[in-house]
Amino acid sequence: MSKIMPLISANFDKISPTSVKDYVNAGGYSGLRKALKMTAPEIIEEVKKAKLRGRGGAGYPVGSKWQHLLEIKNFPKYIVCNADEGEPGTFKDKLLLGKDPLRVIEGMTIAGYVFNARHGYIYIRGEYAALLKVFQAAVDNAVKAGYLGENILGSDFSYQIHVMTGAGAYVCGENSTLLNSLEGKAGRPRVKPPHLAEVGLFGQPTLVNNVESFANIPTIVQIGGEKFLSYGTAESGGTKLVCLSGNVANPGTYEVPFGLTLRDLIFDEELGGGPSGEKKLKFFHLGGQSGACGFLPQLDTTYCYQALREKGLSVGSGAIVVMDESVCLIDYLKIVMEFFIHESCGKCTPCREGTKQIYALLDKFSQGTATEDDVLMLQRLSNLTAKASFCGLGQAAATALSSSLQNMRSEFEAHLKGQCPAGVCFTKRESGEK
Amino acid sequence: MMQKKINTKKKVVAVTIDGRQINVDEGTTILEAAQSAGVVIPTLCHHPDLKPRATCRLCLVEVKGQRRFQTACNTPVGEGNEIFTNTQAVREARKTILELILADHPEDCLKCTRNQNCELQSLADEYQIREIPFVRTVKSLPLEDSNPAIVRDMNKCIKCGRCVEVCQEVQQVAAINTAHRSLDYSISTAFEESLADSPCVYCGQCVAVCPVGALSEKNDTAKVWQALNDAELHVVVQTAPAVRVALGEEFGLAPGSITTGKMVSALKRLGFARVFDTNFTADLTIIEEGRELLQRLKEGSPLPLITSCSPGWINYIEKTYPELLPHLSTCKSPQQMFGALAKTYYVEKVGIPAEKIFVVSVMPCTAKKFECTRPEMRSSGYQDVDVVLTTRELAAMIKQAGLDFAALAEGEYDAPFGISSGAAVIFGTSGGVMEAALRTVYETVTGSTLEDIEFKMVRGLEGLKEASVDLGGKKVKIAVANGLGNAKNLLEKIKAGKCKYHFIEIMACPGGCIGGGGQPHGTTQALKEKRLEALYAIDKEAEVRKSHDNPGITELYEEYLKKVLNHQAHELLHTYYSDRK
Repeated sequence: MSKIMPLISANFDKISPTSVKDYVNAGGYSGLRKALKMTAPEIIEEVKKAKLRGRGGAGYPVGSKWQHLLEIKNFPKYIVCNADEGEPGTFKDKLLLGKDPLRVIEGMTIAGYVFNARHGYIYIRGEYAALLKVFQAAVDNAVKAGYLGENILGSDFSYQIHVMTGAGAYVCGENSTLLNSLEGKAGRPRVKPPHLAEVGLFGQPTLVNNVESFANIPTIVQIGGEKFLSYGTAESGGTKLVCLSGNVANPGTYEVPFGLTLRDLIFDEELGGGPSGEKKLKFFHLGGQSGACGFLPQLDTTYCYQALREKGLSVGSGAIVVMDESVCLIDYLKIVMEFFIHESCGKCTPCREGTKQIYALLDKFSQGTATEDDVLMLQRLSNLTAKASFCGLGQAAATALSSSLQNMRSEFEAHLKGQCPAGVCFTKRESGEK
Repeated sequence: MMQKKINTKKKVVAVTIDGRQINVDEGTTILEAAQSAGVVIPTLCHHPDLKPRATCRLCLVEVKGQRRFQTACNTPVGEGNEIFTNTQAVREARKTILELILADHPEDCLKCTRNQNCELQSLADEYQIREIPFVRTVKSLPLEDSNPAIVRDMNKCIKCGRCVEVCQEVQQVAAINTAHRSLDYSISTAFEESLADSPCVYCGQCVAVCPVGALSEKNDTAKVWQALNDAELHVVVQTAPAVRVALGEEFGLAPGSITTGKMVSALKRLGFARVFDTNFTADLTIIEEGRELLQRLKEGSPLPLITSCSPGWINYIEKTYPELLPHLSTCKSPQQMFGALAKTYYVEKVGIPAEKIFVVSVMPCTAKKFECTRPEMRSSGYQDVDVVLTTRELAAMIKQAGLDFAALAEGEYDAPFGISSGAAVIFGTSGGVMEAALRTVYETVTGSTLEDIEFKMVRGLEGLKEASVDLGGKKVKIAVANGLGNAKNLLEKIKAGKCKYHFIEIMACPGGCIGGGGQPHGTTQALKEKRLEALYAIDKEAEVRKSHDNPGITELYEEYLKKVLNHQAHELLHTYYSDRK
């Protein structure tokens, strides 16, 4: 039996992405039609039963988020779709936006109906400029066909979707930062409380969900929460778009049900197909740069929210970056840290100052000048950034480092002795390179 | 858009802080709750008068059940919270944060404007930081000191954002904001232009709230020492009303201490030939401005008339609302009236040539440093006021001179600018100019003696106060605004034609001059209350409480102003404004 299960990717490359007719012929908008005959609590009940967890990275239960917003009696409310897909190694929202935008639009429209919102916004990362046009065309076509605009499908419900873009900052994927950016302000996170459900876009109650989360909504409404849940595990409903990249034979995006193992995902011929070259698998980075690194003893972990968490890993954005033995872990972590240094908004001390000091310490390892004390200092700083940073970016900046310190301490210790298991660090220095 | 409060009902919640149970109102922050339990949590980016920014992360605490540290400054307590402010983990995290900040901070405390008065330095000492275990990343950015008032040393900036908060949210001038990201994250004007080219009004509120030495006034003490050492010069000094109730704080006296006499003695010991009171020209301002108000009420326009004492405010209207300039009173500020008279009337009186007179002002203000350099402020033919010192700079000079301030005798101001009324001293707080004007205008209009001279409805630190006063049958509507954010609201109303007021007092700084940008560091609303009470206490005790009863003013008009040509007198006391948008 195939390990791939196309629920939300079913239309990929099968329909013309912006054609409402194609979308409807493929079963599209039956979710919205059904939703318009349901009450808001009924719809939320299905989302809860589906145990849909946020697909952007944090994995917050979507049903609980919706329930909370429903209980807030302050209008207008806004719907925001977070399409600032910036996690390196993540390219699944890109496919949804480009290959089946109407599914995302339908999900956002159902959310609009649930919260009696009149306006939805989608914030597409600046680097996806080409997709912006596709998505806008899909919105325009949906308006023409009566699926957006005034009195949708003859109901009392009127709803518009505004397509917006950013200037290309990773931190704008953080929801409060995204709202600031949408409002035309600098992309920096907001002080919380108040929470976005209470004081969100333009100071109003706001729902922010990821592209993939919205894409799942029509299916959940259509087939019911229980059925959706049954595709995954007991706690992780449905499927996940997983992005495989790095030293892997078959890089790409795959829609798989929750419940496979990491070994399946990386090694199965239908999926990753194992390492791409001669070298053996060394480690894998799960969920984006903000996620933890996993190592060989964790390979048989089930790919679902709970099992991964028990092993110190996470689904995150769905990214799986595979690295073989030619890669030095220290070298890799330096690149991760460079990314966070570059993307830190600079607002809070642990993230702004901590990331650059972590980088400086890692550099000592690759230069062969590190000491035992530096291992302790790395631990102290990764702990501080995780526990004291202002927003999710800083809190996650050292996740890869701390998971590596915990599970592959040997790599650090080898460098203390002047040995680089991958043969990367000191050879570089000797050959006169960096 | 206004943030709507979700829950306005105050419940009481029970929490424990380091094992001690306390009850506080719902919505109380951990920081406030800890304070009421006798625990001081260290802060750097937090300022009691500003909204929490929660960026330095130093105030972190542990809350049972929470995976991460919580920042005390912005986190409200929750029912049953068990909060720990002093665990090993908390102490270590705070220390690491301080070390991270210090790795990016110059190590030149001894040469810093805030040496021994720096919040970062105090915390470094509290946490016993003796070495920095990190790579040093201090940059070498140029000093910005191209204006007469404020110096910015961004190498020392710890990015706490207090200055941004006060400039954006309180003053709403928005001259500075956070810029760039990550390693380049900084506080900057738009496009990194100079302060002079920005909307900055030199109010100095950013300097007042800066916890470190990144922002300071331009130090002019050397110029004053040099003048005092110059045997050829006759150096006189004037002191603004709000200085006398704040200066004592620099010497450990209780906030709100009235130190007029000690200050005068100190100035004399420093070597000033004469020590004068700006209060004298405050009284003069009331006479001139009162006349102007009556004139405009009679002619019906341009109304409302708006006061012109506060140089930060003048900069603001010139830079932001130049179309409303006709509303401004043409009266110079008391500082500049004084300067003009010192180099004309006074030199004639004492027989010293004007070029030999050196006029120093001691002001609670940084914008005054700019005001005295304006080309309009040379009606004596020379720069009328040569140097402006802030309260802080005067304190430094007194310390350098080795004077035991608290032990000084009570000195007295010199003639002819030494006599003043209680109405003048309250210029130092928001509402004071208005109250002083009303005391005089009422009696001028009605011809009868004002029974209750205290206009309490215009007193206090509230940002906008309004009232209606009966001036002999005519209802005059007045408003008093302090803080430029509040001024902005009023100006928008005037622009929209929705302003019902006849007379408005505006002070750039929150609370008025008692909260000026040149006052001792550590100023808070609570401290301003003390200074304010002290000013009203001086007024209450004053022999003369109305400006027009000041015999010195009568003498000045009789002896000088009435004799010189009309336009000459006008030029000494009045000015004009320019569109500087």
